[in-house]
Amino acid sequence: MENLFGLAIAFVAIFSGLMVVLHRNPMVNLVSLIINLASAAIFFLLLGGQFIAAIQVIVYAGAIMVLFVFVIMLLNLRRELDPPKGGRIQKILYLPAALALAAGLVYAALGPRIALPAPPPPGPDFGSVERVGELLFTDHLFAFEFVSLLLVVAMVGAVVLAKRRLD
Amino acid sequence: MEINPNFCLSISLILFTIGTAGVLLRRSIIVILMSIELMLNAVNLTFAAFSAQLRSMDGQIFVFFVMAVAAAEAVVGLAILIALFRLRGETDADGMNRLRW
Repeated sequence: MENLFGLAIAFVAIFSGLMVVLHRNPMVNLVSLIINLASAAIFFLLLGGQFIAAIQVIVYAGAIMVLFVFVIMLLNLRRELDPPKGGRIQKILYLPAALALAAGLVYAALGPRIALPAPPPPGPDFGSVERVGELLFTDHLFAFEFVSLLLVVAMVGAVVLAKRRLD
Repeated sequence: MEINPNFCLSISLILFTIGTAGVLLRRSIIVILMSIELMLNAVNLTFAAFSAQLRSMDGQIFVFFVMAVAAAEAVVGLAILIALFRLRGETDADGMNRLRW
């Protein structure tokens, strides 16, 4: 039953991921991306991360995707017509590069395995808000404070980049 | 309610490959940004799977930081997109060769 549920969510995730890349209409791409992020949130829940599942839905599928919707509506994007034109180097190199990438991925999926130690059973508070918050404010405090700095810099940069010139 | 972390790693591999293909194949910049979000999300899934396998919370802390960086990246990327659209009136990656020598 649980395996069937996981398979269904995986199917939704892969199908919506394909729609993000393959469909021509930017709005359909965006809605597929939101579905994909929501199915990833379900995976986070199944893996025991309650807090990251919550912020995946609130921050990622909520706030960032609203930003994308806003930009698509603002720019009034057309459907794109033809695939990109490659340069000369791309025309020579695309087949070896694609084959090398495919070989690496197949080797990673089917190659030798690393035996991970059998984990102890998880505590009842694994992935809870309390544990994540405790770690964020003790072990990772420096990185946590720097994330706030990064967000401020990104916000100021976005305002400066996107504002109208006032000549 | 449990799920096999290996299964999540396979899903993450497939999603990351789809995102890479999107970055390489599409010419609309906003779809390229969406594909980058797809790849970052696949990496997040890997972190969560290893966190569940090793019973270590550090993977989930990493997911948190990756989400913050993805938010910053999306904001700056979309701002650049708006600025470029004002400048040129199109959002094709092929037209963006202004910085070429």
